[in-house]
Amino acid sequence: MTARRTWATARRVLAQLRNDPRTIALILVLPTALMTLLAWILPDSEWQKYAPPLLGIFPMLVMFLVTSVATLRERTSGTLERLLSMPMGKGDFVFGYAIAFGVLAIVQALVVAGVCFALLDLTVRGSAPLVVLIAVVDGLVGTALGLFVSAFAQTEFQAVQFMPVALLPQFLLCGLILPTEELPTVLGWISWLLPLTYAVNAMQHVVVDTQLDTRFWVDAGVITGMAVALLALGAVTLRRQTR
Amino acid sequence: MTTAAISVRDLTIVRGPVTAVDHLSLEVPSGQVIGLLGPSGSGKSSLMRAIVGVQVMESGSIDVLGQPAGSPTLRAQVGYVTQDPSVYSDLSVLANLRYFARILGVTDDSVERVLDQVDLREVADRLVGRLSGGQRSRVSLGTALLGSPQLLVLDEPTVGLDPALRRDLWTLFHQLATAGTTVFVSSHVMEEASRCDRLLLLRDGRLLAEGTQSQLLERTGCQDIERAFLAIVEGGAS
Ligand SMILES: Nc1ncnc2c1ncn2[C@@H]1O[C@H](COP(=O)(O)OP(=O)(O)OP(=O)(O)O)[C@@H](O)[C@H]1O
Ligand SMILES: [Mg+2]
Repeated sequence: MTARRTWATARRVLAQLRNDPRTIALILVLPTALMTLLAWILPDSEWQKYAPPLLGIFPMLVMFLVTSVATLRERTSGTLERLLSMPMGKGDFVFGYAIAFGVLAIVQALVVAGVCFALLDLTVRGSAPLVVLIAVVDGLVGTALGLFVSAFAQTEFQAVQFMPVALLPQFLLCGLILPTEELPTVLGWISWLLPLTYAVNAMQHVVVDTQLDTRFWVDAGVITGMAVALLALGAVTLRRQTR
Repeated sequence: MTTAAISVRDLTIVRGPVTAVDHLSLEVPSGQVIGLLGPSGSGKSSLMRAIVGVQVMESGSIDVLGQPAGSPTLRAQVGYVTQDPSVYSDLSVLANLRYFARILGVTDDSVERVLDQVDLREVADRLVGRLSGGQRSRVSLGTALLGSPQLLVLDEPTVGLDPALRRDLWTLFHQLATAGTTVFVSSHVMEEASRCDRLLLLRDGRLLAEGTQSQLLERTGCQDIERAFLAIVEGGAS
């Protein structure tokens, strides 16, 4: 792995995105539109309650899907096979993508949270910048998960199959539908293995607490650690040789 | 030259339910244009993937330029063109070549050279997705030429090209071979046999025959390589 190749890959992915307005719209417009819809549907008290966790969930879902699709295309077009026959580190590929989509995750978090605060009357007692920060990290986890899943997959077909498997259980167990403390014991344990749980938890802290305690920073640290671990695992799992 | 650029020993490749390459042994001499001919499904692509180190092998071994296939040092010395053009259709020709040049660690001078070699200068700024099939496969070929590799593994690089372009590319392959590069080209079009210094005929993952075109014609007493191929197949079956 070298900085030159990783950076070249990040720039290449960003250049591809510039030529692809639909994906950019998917990343920026879709979550914003969903939040707007929600603000419109829900009474204010409910909106104030559900908006923060969703600000953590949407970036992760969207970035996961976009990353999975991008890497899937890299597989089907044969460019991944070609790159791996070249002096390309597996880490160059994974971290190059992570940097490019990380940039997008930052823009996305700023846009979505900005709209929520400025136009949709979302108020938080804690820190608004930290809401943005957690949203960025959540987007990164989504990207990392997408890269891990597609590295893990042997074929493009498997990559598609893994997508719902990686997402849906997290959505059910993350604490949005039922607080994690109220889940059956075993499911409660499982929920603490899933990054989305920490994302939702951290968001709920930021909103309620004016004084952020160590529990917030533990949550934030755990999600960041999970993002890095997933990327490293993805780089290790990616197979140069396939059947 | 006596040293082989590629030597394959007792190679077996299993893909899904089929044995794509079946106890295959062969040698590819260096500094020549070697044709790998065989019908569709005979295992050409599988063999090439194994040579460049992206195919899981069931058994056997391959040495490429004196090292086991898939060795990290080989990755900079072997240029590989996949059967379907593997370039980014949402980037321009130039952006594609520049990116792969960065990966190979070569300067943009190589990009300029390649644009001329594959005759794409006029469309350099166009998105690859908006090019014709033949132009797209030349971008893919150009990518493999960037690093001035010692061995070129080209999987059906001339498919879908018009006769004039095909002729130009074969001329290029021979120029590269004269300069010392080993060019290993697959094709299922038997006419292309006449363009190669030496031929390897593959069928059902096994080596059917090898030699120069005239050797093969002489052996079978046939007029063209297509008939010679059929004669060998039928001779082998009886
Ligand atoms: N991804 C795959 N999964 C399962 N089987 C495969 C796969 N790719 C190829 N095969 C099988 O392996 C055998 C050899 O295929 P291969 O692609 O090597 O042939 P080929 O000589 O390159 O054919 P063509 O001239 O059509 O490109 C065929 O029977 C084919 O069906
Ligand atoms: Mg093939």
